Amino acid sequence: MRPVARLALAFAAAAASASAVVADDAPAKSAVMSHGWEFGEQGGADLFRNVCAACHQPNAQGAVGAGSYPSLVADKNLDSADFMMSALLGGLKGMPPVGDMMSDAQVADVVNYVRTHFGNSYPDAVSAADVAAARRRTAPP
Amino acid sequence: MNEATPALSRRRLFEIIGASVGGAAVYQAMTRLGYAEESPYRGPIKLDGDPKGASVIVLGAGLAGMTAAIELERAGYKVSVLEYNARPGGRNWTLRGDDVYTELGGATQKCEFDAGLYLNPGPWRIPYHHYAILDYCRRFGVTLEPFIQLNHNAYLHSANAFGGKPQRIRDIKADFDGGVAELLAKATKKGALDDAVSTEDREILLEALRSLGALDKDFRYRAGADSAAHRGYAKHSGGGLGAAPIAGDPVGLHDILTSRLWGGLQSFLLYDFQTTMFQPVGGMGRIGEAFARQIPDRIRYGVKVAAIRQNDSGVAVDFEDLTAGGTVREVRADWCVCTIPLSILSQISINVSAPMKAAIDAVPYASAVKFGLQFSRRFWEEDEHIFGGISYTDLPIRQISYPSTNFNAGGKGVLLGGYTFDGPNSYEFTAMPPAERVRRTVEFGAQIHPQYRTEFGNGVSVAWSRVPFTLGCAGDWSDEARKAHYNDLCQIDGRIVLAGEHASYIPAWQEGAILSALDAIERLHKRVVAT
Repeated sequence: MRPVARLALAFAAAAASASAVVADDAPAKSAVMSHGWEFGEQGGADLFRNVCAACHQPNAQGAVGAGSYPSLVADKNLDSADFMMSALLGGLKGMPPVGDMMSDAQVADVVNYVRTHFGNSYPDAVSAADVAAARRRTAPP
Repeated sequence: MNEATPALSRRRLFEIIGASVGGAAVYQAMTRLGYAEESPYRGPIKLDGDPKGASVIVLGAGLAGMTAAIELERAGYKVSVLEYNARPGGRNWTLRGDDVYTELGGATQKCEFDAGLYLNPGPWRIPYHHYAILDYCRRFGVTLEPFIQLNHNAYLHSANAFGGKPQRIRDIKADFDGGVAELLAKATKKGALDDAVSTEDREILLEALRSLGALDKDFRYRAGADSAAHRGYAKHSGGGLGAAPIAGDPVGLHDILTSRLWGGLQSFLLYDFQTTMFQPVGGMGRIGEAFARQIPDRIRYGVKVAAIRQNDSGVAVDFEDLTAGGTVREVRADWCVCTIPLSILSQISINVSAPMKAAIDAVPYASAVKFGLQFSRRFWEEDEHIFGGISYTDLPIRQISYPSTNFNAGGKGVLLGGYTFDGPNSYEFTAMPPAERVRRTVEFGAQIHPQYRTEFGNGVSVAWSRVPFTLGCAGDWSDEARKAHYNDLCQIDGRIVLAGEHASYIPAWQEGAILSALDAIERLHKRVVAT
């Protein structure tokens, strides 16, 4: 388990209030950065902009080089919330398990955000408890 | 825990062996017991036996691919190399003035550094115990210079300690060592360690603590000549009148402990970072360039591999020719050495065994970001007397590295303004547009060097998760994944063998890439000459 810097909580409040005035799909503002080894961002929109967009790009359209980052726009794979939780918690091929650096609530928030934005409209939201159960399933023995 | 007795008895054993049969036997015995180093690099590879005109296609012109290509060609193989980039080296790479770099997502940066200044976005230092890459540098004429890892005059910094004022590494190290030595000496003299330390050792221990901790005659760590010999002076010795030095006041142990700045000292203790470290003169990319000169006509650039197919008689590789509008072409050979990073290979159609395919899919790639910042003058040298080395901070930039070259020459300079490896900040920086990354890096760095505010000129950043030819920095093996998949990854599968830092126990280092390639072609060659 990675060390947790509780200072992140102090920054998180500032990040949340800043995001309140930003439209959901707007580009990242001058974001407050996390302290330590856990993401300080709160809420699906901020988590997507500051974490997922690093690879999947700000509009979730993905990118192509020698290999590619898949587009998450109108993505049929996201029909399964379990699939997305397992990618975040356990990684998927070259994708790191970024959910290791998020709380259960943060993982749920970003799963629910992506599954209801970018041309996705899956109605079944996941809860922090669902993420906790998925985390137990993906943990190494 | 008391390991003194068994360690002494082993030493006795070596003495006895040495007295009776000589030094070579001692060395053998020490090696067997794990006391002496045994490098896996045994000098230039010897591939004896005739490959009888066999052909090999090498995928990737990084150090692993070029090592394989150079050595196989020398052994008599017909070799061709396919490379995605328009240059050799892969992650061995230097950004210089006028270089243009486009990351995934399309953001393009033009490096505006002055002539002679550069950033190594990937590898940037070579430990003295990376024998293989040092040997190749010697053989291929790459001139090295020292890379300064530890500079006692660089800083340790925390936004929340000492009012955010950076502390000299020398002060924190000397005062931490002195404070701990004083405590231990006190406990020793009180008899608190009598259970663990014999009467004879007790006096030696006190002597050692005084020597290593710069304690005074009463075993105290105080301002004075003893501590100043380690931590330096508030006023330095001079010449003539008023020249006497004045010792400074040590930082108290409590303040160092609660500041947590001691965490930064570990970077200088790690085996990977011990002196002597090296860098090529003119940038790390000089190594890739030197390798490519060994096989001038064998590398085809601007090639995107689409599929790798094999059967009993050979290997076929489908690729898009990016220099010809993506026209799909095919190349065939008897064998294939594939050094494509697993982040990309896991997306390419390849018919290998199920266990090898599972291994290819099992390795996440680390996220890392580096920043190069050019300043109008070398203020770190002129104002702060920092010549090379690294300052560590708990700010998101994590570290500032000062150039290990052109010391004391004045003029402009480029700092490594930040280097994150894994962790939230790597993703957060990557998600920003390049100009924003640099702007934030300058803001953070100004907390350590206020001169940033007036001397900053221009900057570039490389966020490895957005690097088109790797999609990440390096293979980030977990212990569980390594146990389950590493051996499967390294097998020769029919006519295909993989190589690269991801197929080594020295991940993210160039040495791992080279050793992996040497091991792969040695095994491949044995198979070829046996058939």
